[in-house]
Amino acid sequence: MARPFTLAAVAYDAKVVNIWEGFKTFFAKHGLAFDYILFSNYESQVAAHFAGMADAAWNSPLAWLQSVEIAKLKNLTAEAVAMRNSDCDLRSLIVARKDAHIQRIVDLQGKRIAVGAKDSPQATLIPLELLAQDGLVAGKDFHVEYFDVLVGKHGDHIGGERDAARALAAGKADAACMIDGNFTLFGFEGTINPAAMHIIAHTENYDHCNFTVLREKKHPDTDKFVSLLLAMDYEDHEVRPLLDMEGLKKWVPGRTSHYALLEAAIHRFGTIKDFVSEVAAKN
Amino acid sequence: MPQKTETILALNDLPFSEGGLILVERALREIAAGTHLQVTSAEPDFAIHLGAWCRLKGCGFEQLRGNECRITKPQNFSVRSATAIPAGDIHAPAGKAPESWGLAARGARVEPGISGFYFPLNHGNHLWTKRMAALYRRAAAAQWNPETAIDWFTTVNNPPEIEDAVVQVMTYLIENETAALIVPARFAAQVHPQYFEVMQLLAVQAADEARHIEVFTRRAKLKRNVLGLSTAGGQASLKTLIDESDFSLAALLLSVLGEGSFLSLLHFLRSYAPDLLTRQICRLAAKDEARHVIFAMTHLTAALQNEPALLGKFAAAIRRRHDDLTSTAGLNEEVFYSLTLLAAGDTTAAAIGRGYRAMKRLERSMHIGRVRRLTQLGFRPAEAQSLSELHTRNFM
Repeated sequence: MARPFTLAAVAYDAKVVNIWEGFKTFFAKHGLAFDYILFSNYESQVAAHFAGMADAAWNSPLAWLQSVEIAKLKNLTAEAVAMRNSDCDLRSLIVARKDAHIQRIVDLQGKRIAVGAKDSPQATLIPLELLAQDGLVAGKDFHVEYFDVLVGKHGDHIGGERDAARALAAGKADAACMIDGNFTLFGFEGTINPAAMHIIAHTENYDHCNFTVLREKKHPDTDKFVSLLLAMDYEDHEVRPLLDMEGLKKWVPGRTSHYALLEAAIHRFGTIKDFVSEVAAKN
Repeated sequence: MPQKTETILALNDLPFSEGGLILVERALREIAAGTHLQVTSAEPDFAIHLGAWCRLKGCGFEQLRGNECRITKPQNFSVRSATAIPAGDIHAPAGKAPESWGLAARGARVEPGISGFYFPLNHGNHLWTKRMAALYRRAAAAQWNPETAIDWFTTVNNPPEIEDAVVQVMTYLIENETAALIVPARFAAQVHPQYFEVMQLLAVQAADEARHIEVFTRRAKLKRNVLGLSTAGGQASLKTLIDESDFSLAALLLSVLGEGSFLSLLHFLRSYAPDLLTRQICRLAAKDEARHVIFAMTHLTAALQNEPALLGKFAAAIRRRHDDLTSTAGLNEEVFYSLTLLAAGDTTAAAIGRGYRAMKRLERSMHIGRVRRLTQLGFRPAEAQSLSELHTRNFM
């Protein structure tokens, strides 16, 4: 019996089980034999994907770049086949308290900057890259305060970002890094007082998660999986709760043109080098 | 005249996260899908906030210049409202309420796709009548505060044997009222919210019983540190009420027959209890029990109008309960003796004779009440007589 199309996903939250159980039912209804495997961290997921345990991986942007680099070393090709509409064109912000007298990036010299988990593209790696491009080196020109909530989940868990915002609000940090939508969210939920904060810098637009497949090892049902994803309609009340939980209005074709900022960051900071070599050396 | 495709909204200095969002949403609701809303703001970071929000909402977003942005309304922007269906009519509930309405208020508009609720009591014709709202209002208005409605400081100085009898009767009442609390409490959680008046009535009924347990316990503890006897036979009788999983049958056995009989018992105690305090308690409890009987009669009358064959089920349930209890002792001797003693007032032969006759009148009065209610439900008088005679000797 052929293996059903198998997706690897990271259980960054308990709701992930409900999401993929729901999608599994949807796929079954539309004739796609589908299963999923959950991992507790992206590194295990990427390694398992290359070990052939799964046919596609629901990857964070960092896991996507890990996959791209490992694939190159193994003469394979990583492809991003689909993503959420909400994965496109994100921006990270550097937010400061208005009373900290920080107007521009250069004013962060000698200051305390709160960031998310060490492996969070949006709340750590990309904003630190932005600062580095302006000549500010973490640990030398400013102090970095990491809020390492659930490392391995690449910042999918919002906790680290929220803790960084709390540190900013409490005066324990002079600035904090966060994704644009979360700045608005933290204001709504009362974590920060938006009127007391201002954005001193923001990144260019970048993309977030994608479904990654390995072209040379494609499961015969890959195209069916993608077309069923793209056909999901927010007006269909059976899938709408799942789309809401996963945070999207529609699935869109994958694009790989907006990962350059993160790519620059990981090369500058050497974030994934050891992991890539280790996985590429296996099998 | 060219079609208007661009609506303009100026937020001025209203920050996006402090109310601006509400105006943006309002403006988007008013324009057609695929058309544009142009928004301007004086807030420095406005475009960043709006861009992030548009991404999450699936709206098209374009920063024209500075804080002048253009939003394109997507097809599915108001999907929840557009696809919502009414959960019955606020004035007249649906005959059958689907689980997909969940907890929605009757008459609300419900988004499709709600799941996971289970309300087995979902046939309005078996449950609900227009009278339920008035019954609930009356029940809510008749709630009394045990602390102030009862004169706890009145002197109670009964002879020891009489006080022991009061404590034994209170012990019996407490366990009966415990069963009478558990049964409506369980069914309250099974009623579909479409028939919320029924849920409210059951909740108030449970609250009534909670209050009765309080006052009977407080009376029992007034002069004694140890309560009376609880017997296996009495509890076996109550367990058949708790085990009854059919709402209508439970209402028949507990309220029409059991609480109906208790009404006579409480009136008996109101007459024969040796002290003012006990008489007060029984008078107040009887008022509550009378409402429970009326609610059950209203509910069962409606159910029978919808399904006359239920009458046969009712008769079978009474017979089944009788068969289940034939091997049990019925009313425990201590309770019977205590009630007789309370009616007697003392232990002289003449008094006990009077007490015994009063007990026989009580049993007769309970029987007459049960026959009357069974007849009201539709049983022929002879059948009502024989069914009433099968009622548990434990009274409840």
